[in-house]
Amino acid sequence: MSASIPIPSLAGIAARGAQPAIQGPPKVQAEALNFFYGETRALQDISINIQPNVVTAFIGPSGCGKSTFLRTMNRMNDIIPGTRVEGKLLIDGTDIYGHGIDVVSLRRRVGMVFQKSNPFPKSVFDNIAYGLRVNNMDGSRAEVEERVEQSLRQAALWDEVKDRLHDSALAMSGGQQQRLCIARALAVKPDILLMDEPASALDPIATQRIEELVYDLKKDYTIVIVTHNMQQAARVSDFTAFFWLGKLVEYDRTQKIFTNPGEKTTEDYVTGRFG
Amino acid sequence: MIEATLARSAATARRRLLDICFPVLALGILCAALAALGALIADVWGDGASRLSWDFMTGFPSRRAADAGIWHALTGSVFIILLTGALAVPIGVATAIYLEEYARRGLWSKIIEINITNLAAVPSIIYGLLGLGLFVRALAMGRSVLAGASTLALLVLPVIILSTREALRAVPGSIREGSYALGATKWQTVWYQVLPVALPGILTGTILALSRAIGETAPLITIGALTFVAFAPDGIWSPFTVLPIQIFNWVSRPQQEFQVNAAAGIIVLLVLLLTMNATAIWLRDRFQKKLT
Repeated sequence: MSASIPIPSLAGIAARGAQPAIQGPPKVQAEALNFFYGETRALQDISINIQPNVVTAFIGPSGCGKSTFLRTMNRMNDIIPGTRVEGKLLIDGTDIYGHGIDVVSLRRRVGMVFQKSNPFPKSVFDNIAYGLRVNNMDGSRAEVEERVEQSLRQAALWDEVKDRLHDSALAMSGGQQQRLCIARALAVKPDILLMDEPASALDPIATQRIEELVYDLKKDYTIVIVTHNMQQAARVSDFTAFFWLGKLVEYDRTQKIFTNPGEKTTEDYVTGRFG
Repeated sequence: MIEATLARSAATARRRLLDICFPVLALGILCAALAALGALIADVWGDGASRLSWDFMTGFPSRRAADAGIWHALTGSVFIILLTGALAVPIGVATAIYLEEYARRGLWSKIIEINITNLAAVPSIIYGLLGLGLFVRALAMGRSVLAGASTLALLVLPVIILSTREALRAVPGSIREGSYALGATKWQTVWYQVLPVALPGILTGTILALSRAIGETAPLITIGALTFVAFAPDGIWSPFTVLPIQIFNWVSRPQQEFQVNAAAGIIVLLVLLLTMNATAIWLRDRFQKKLT
């Protein structure tokens, strides 16, 4: 049975992977990045240039390292004991794993939305004001209120919640909760927004709203989205990176990845032959 | 066809019977436990209710049973328990936060964890001996409220640490991640997100631990709480007695009148305990409502 499914081999795939030809300085630049969970090497020599103000999708089968790589960009993996990073990861030219990097300020600049929406068990208003407070961005009450409204509008949630800002966030629907998490991330004015399968737990309509939001937000933010859903990657992203077994196999314009990929493995994955 | 598969059959009869049996059994056990408690309370009430009066509540000990009151022991108990809480809660909660949120998982934290669990199981009289040696003698606190409260604080500390750790562990990791991802520091995350969510659990554990402490007699006798004090404590250096000791003292007298006093004292102690437990439940519900 297994013999009939052609499992592609990693042999012959260049460590750097294919890179699209683009002008201009990248927003995020990984150079031979390796990541270890204890002895397990979860990322192998990842090198990639992520462009500003576009949506970049990370695709690949479960356990391929796409979420791990996403979480190296705001150093969320630091929380997990026994992890280690080698190589360079530059944001606007600064190595975020270098000396003197303040992780707290990094995470303010690189926002994150998680797979499972995780609003704080507080009111809608307090969920958004929290980020302002912990980053000392809370001026007067009026300023906070303005920023809360602005963020909720950006996340296309304002009209639905403006009359119940002081109700619990947990009373909202799943889709609303996820958009609240996006609003919460936007409130602290990040440059980059990392989204780890943000719509995987949502119904099709809520998913569509998230996708529209991603499309609208890219003019102001650099967005990196991890997704299991290849149609979603094709719909929302400008660039797509395909990961497999901890390696970056191919990275190119989304259209090319889905219509004319350079690697056999990519083609097999996007056509649903494995993964 | 459908009718056939949906009809009750002999094959499912046994399962249905078992399904009914378990709740009936559980309800029976619950009723037995409540009946025992009810009988105890009714018995004590029958013996001591006649003695309950304002004079009894505000009176001081006397050689004549009819004149004896419980004010000194009641204030002693309340004073002791407040001071015990003031000493044990900050230390216990801070310890739990450190162990759960900050300490590296390793051999040392394992050893500390096992020892705290062991300390929670140490008989209270041993804490009494420790209190006598450490607080009364070495630290020269004498037989004071402070020495008593310090001893009881040591006694309840492991319980508070364990229940606080449980409450912290029950806080979903996604809340911590959400907070870190916004640029919050560890302390901000713990203070603004983790502690509020854990608070109902911490409060419940703490008040149940203090309820245990209020009924403790052995460690306080060991450190020399007086069985006959004729005054309410007026400061942390004051000698004192507590309700269980006063009750013990009255029970050990041969005269029938003192037995009635003891029963009345037990009612007072029970009311105090139930009030504390009710407060715990009320606080927990209040905070849970705020959160959801």
